[in-house]
Amino acid sequence: MTAALTISGLKKTYKGGHVALKGIDLDVAQGDFYGLLGPNGAGKTTIIGIISSLVNKTAGSVSIFGHDLATEPAAAKACLGLVPQEFNFNMFEPVIEVVANQAGYYGIERNEAFERAEKYLKHLDLWGKRRDIARTLSGGMKRRLMIARALVHEPRLLILDEPTAGVDIEIRRSMWRFLREINAAGTTIILTTHYLEEAESLCRNIGIINEGVLIENTTTKKLLNTLRMETFVLDLAAPLSELPDIENQKLVQLDDTTIEADICRDDSINALFDELSKRDIRVLSMRNKANRLEELFMDLVDSGNTRAAS
Amino acid sequence: MTPRAKLVALRTIATREILRFSRIWIQTVLPPVMTMALYFIIFGNLIGPRIGQMDGFNYMEFIIPGLIMMAVITNSYANVVSSFYGSKFQRHIEEMIISPTPNYIILIGYVLGGVARGLSVGVAVTLVSMVFHPLNIHSLGVIISMILLTSILFSLAGLINGVYAKSFDDISIIPTFVLTPLTYLGGIFYSISMLPEFWQTLSLGNPILYMVNAFRYGFLGVSDINLAMSYMISIGFIAVLYVFSLYLLRTGHGIRS
Repeated sequence: MTAALTISGLKKTYKGGHVALKGIDLDVAQGDFYGLLGPNGAGKTTIIGIISSLVNKTAGSVSIFGHDLATEPAAAKACLGLVPQEFNFNMFEPVIEVVANQAGYYGIERNEAFERAEKYLKHLDLWGKRRDIARTLSGGMKRRLMIARALVHEPRLLILDEPTAGVDIEIRRSMWRFLREINAAGTTIILTTHYLEEAESLCRNIGIINEGVLIENTTTKKLLNTLRMETFVLDLAAPLSELPDIENQKLVQLDDTTIEADICRDDSINALFDELSKRDIRVLSMRNKANRLEELFMDLVDSGNTRAAS
Repeated sequence: MTPRAKLVALRTIATREILRFSRIWIQTVLPPVMTMALYFIIFGNLIGPRIGQMDGFNYMEFIIPGLIMMAVITNSYANVVSSFYGSKFQRHIEEMIISPTPNYIILIGYVLGGVARGLSVGVAVTLVSMVFHPLNIHSLGVIISMILLTSILFSLAGLINGVYAKSFDDISIIPTFVLTPLTYLGGIFYSISMLPEFWQTLSLGNPILYMVNAFRYGFLGVSDINLAMSYMISIGFIAVLYVFSLYLLRTGHGIRS
């Protein structure tokens, strides 16, 4: 089956000499929910810019559903929907026109464009705002407007560049639900995000890019399996006067009633509880300290930087 | 994209452009009409009778076509330069760039917006001029064709300015320092036959002179310039600017990094 997105040897050097991409090769399968992660300035937005024709590439090729962006631009572009990082709609147009005009640029007749705009504005809970001028919307509404606009021509590949940046948790969760729905309906999704919890929760496959190089490209499951240690925070029933000394177990006291424990993935957590019970330390509750993916991400980026430095 | 889909895209861009200036008609259509009404009052009614005849016509009658043309030129240009630069500034130009809409459709869409505003203002100024002097029409065909060509030409020029502009200052520099002087020196207020020979020859390098004179011919039947030359110059400039605009859009100058 043709890949939804094929990138080969993609390079980008900006005027002034900054090398943003050093030769990216990437395939994203049809129907995938793919996460592209990386620190600021890693090259994520440059890749998206090239895929969406907003940035000129220096070398390499991009194909969308088998259509080469250089030789079949119209066919390739017709398959693509983009939700960029920054608001890029006409702030002075009514909301419904922002969406319906976008449909028009894809050759969708006016009547159908308005029908589709209604469908997606209702899906994204913006129908009540359809006659409002776009700049009067809140930040979360503007993000949802960009999603409605990106979907109005019903693209087979949807790219979202940090779509939930700056939106509250409730809206973020509802956007996640919506993205899962459209992915389940067959739309391939590529997502960049700084919320690693978001990538862990949504993406089946993840690529990590750092300094213009794809340093990891695998399934989310495999990536998480490579984690050796997990850190748990334990809330205790009574204040602790002294941190217990447990063999082969690193503990850190955060405050009187809270300790932190690193557990190796191969070890059972029961052993720790047994040791604490022996010392009359009762645990009231327990939670993961950090996002697991975040931890791994930092490890990969750090090791990539170390390799680059050496 | 099918031809039908391209037509839909073109209609979408043109409609959006027309709605843009129509929604703010107090800023876009009314001011040039007011300015031209003042020109008619001051130069036509108050000063005109003291100037006397120009090419066999009273002064008011002589300046009306030039002032209509001046309004068309400045408004066609201003519409496209401000709209295109605005779309770069707000980045909603990206909506079209990521879509399959070909560059020439984007270009024609913007030009249609500029022509629509140029013609709207031109018609409004013509109606105001009729308050001051009855309208003479020598050749309606010349009037319509020349106003269309001029409007297309300056819409294209506005787009090129919009592509190169990096700030709001940049969209006012060309109109202030190039377009306005060329328009004022383009034979709106005088016949170049009044000028010394050197200045007459120099004036022939001003493309606006050809358009104003051809347009005036449509109303009064007189022109300092050969009509065929005016058409050739207008069409030639349109062809050059069209090809150059397309080149700028294709390479993404000022739009893509």
